[in-house]
Amino acid sequence: MADEKRIATRVSYGETLVELGAEHDDFVVLDADLAASTQTGMFQKAYPDRFFDVGIAEQNLMSLAAGIAATGRVAFASSFAMFAAGRAYEQIRNSIGYPHLNVKVAASHAGISVGEDGATHQCNEDIALMRSIPGMTVVVPADDVEARAAVRAAYETDGPFYLRLGRLAVPVVNDPKTYRFELGKGVVLREGTDLTIVACGLMVEAALKAADLLAEKGVSAEVINIHTIKPIDDELLRASAAKTGRVLTCEEHSIIGGLGDAVLSALCETPVPLRKLGVRDEFGYSGPALELLHEFGLDAEGIVREAEDFLAR
Amino acid sequence: MTDDELRQVAHEVRKGVVVGTHAAKSGHPGGSLSATDILTYLYFEEMNVNPEDPQMPSRDRFVLSKGHAAPALYAVLALRGFFPLDDLKTLRHIGSHLQGHPNMKGTPGVDMSTGSLGQGVSAAVGMALASKHWNEGWRTYALLGDGEIEEGQVWEAAMFAGNHQLDNLVLIVDHNGLQIDGTIEEVNSAMPIADKFRAFKFHVIELADGNDMTQVRAAFDAARKVTGKPVCIVAETVKGKGVSFMEDQVDWHGKGPNDDQFEQAMAELSREA
Repeated sequence: MADEKRIATRVSYGETLVELGAEHDDFVVLDADLAASTQTGMFQKAYPDRFFDVGIAEQNLMSLAAGIAATGRVAFASSFAMFAAGRAYEQIRNSIGYPHLNVKVAASHAGISVGEDGATHQCNEDIALMRSIPGMTVVVPADDVEARAAVRAAYETDGPFYLRLGRLAVPVVNDPKTYRFELGKGVVLREGTDLTIVACGLMVEAALKAADLLAEKGVSAEVINIHTIKPIDDELLRASAAKTGRVLTCEEHSIIGGLGDAVLSALCETPVPLRKLGVRDEFGYSGPALELLHEFGLDAEGIVREAEDFLAR
Repeated sequence: MTDDELRQVAHEVRKGVVVGTHAAKSGHPGGSLSATDILTYLYFEEMNVNPEDPQMPSRDRFVLSKGHAAPALYAVLALRGFFPLDDLKTLRHIGSHLQGHPNMKGTPGVDMSTGSLGQGVSAAVGMALASKHWNEGWRTYALLGDGEIEEGQVWEAAMFAGNHQLDNLVLIVDHNGLQIDGTIEEVNSAMPIADKFRAFKFHVIELADGNDMTQVRAAFDAARKVTGKPVCIVAETVKGKGVSFMEDQVDWHGKGPNDDQFEQAMAELSREA
């Protein structure tokens, strides 16, 4: 797999913005001095008059975007997840969420795979924060193909939208020829009978690899990609849980309030054992992204370990 | 309208503030009454708005960044014909469209949901930017509290507006000198306000008496002539203006009058009118 295609979802975002720019002129893109990193810089280069950099001022970024959206347009607003969902949480809640405005918060550098910058920049709480806002759609694309579709869905969907993007280049798991993105619908990537592995973001690829490793050991794992954390695909999750009888959630996010808790809520009337793999109640630290993911058990090996322990109980 | 006619409207707005906060048994009469004359002038003279079509795309926008002055905004909107005056008696009641702080999705004529201080000014900057970007020509006005400008976000927004030369934007600071915990100067002085906005590349108009309709008119007329810079009108006002026992009393920042106080306030306002 060493020669597989890898691309960061933030790059998919930048490229798709440029495509959208050629198709529509009723939106603008805003950034807070991180255009080179969030990749909105690509849009800035293509459409300099439709791009606004507010400088290092994330609170203003969000409320200003709301003001633009209040005139009937769409505004994409980007920063790192830590400063978008974290620092400007209340602006997103009150200026964007409460009036249900068409601001698309596209936040890059989410999770511990930020790597070397360390804990202050590794946002493991953004899904929890964003899904708590009434009417907010929350999408975590798994790869380039899904990210491109999600950016388009953000533009087309009415209301506030949170798009969680990564810094790290990740393998492309979806086939661009056959992939079809449906907001709010989970994707069964592998059918199985012994347990359901539910993943989002870069954990989807890890889950597929884990399923292969588990198959070698005689374990049949179903793999579901939940790209839309909110609104979540309750029906699919309930059916799969009822079939396999066990659910393991995998996310590059705190186990407090993230995918795991969203799945748990969806299954509270389908009582099957559920285990959450993610960042525990702790901060991250500096290191190369892949090594960090391994240390936190957020790779195929970690999923296999967790699944085997889970199945042994 | 003449200044005298506008003064008459402002009296009715003040009554609306008293009626609303009395019915709600809460709300913010002090900062509503200080801003009453400015709000009246904006909606009855300055801004291009249409009560028959509140969402008219070409309308001027207003953002009440000091969202707690909602009782005054609601009274102005009702008197201007956006909704029935009787609605003021439902302020803050369950089921009312008149929320404690403005809700653009519920109340006709409200252009932005506000209440969390500092955010409205950013939204107003976004609106002014949109009007320029799509070349639509309408103007944006935002009213801020003098306590509100202690919020850092106000200065993030001001920096952007000044740097982008948004001359279709007018900020008005309702400088009544009081905030919840005391006077502005005691708590954490944002003075000198005018110099600060000048430093952020605004054209500043110092309005010596923001409760005097003739002076209010002169300030907004001057603001219209400014090009190449956003405008900030720093308006000296009296908190609680028009109701004797509320004037300049920090205690009247955030509570509604009881029945006796209601009677007295309404009697004073009727006499003056």
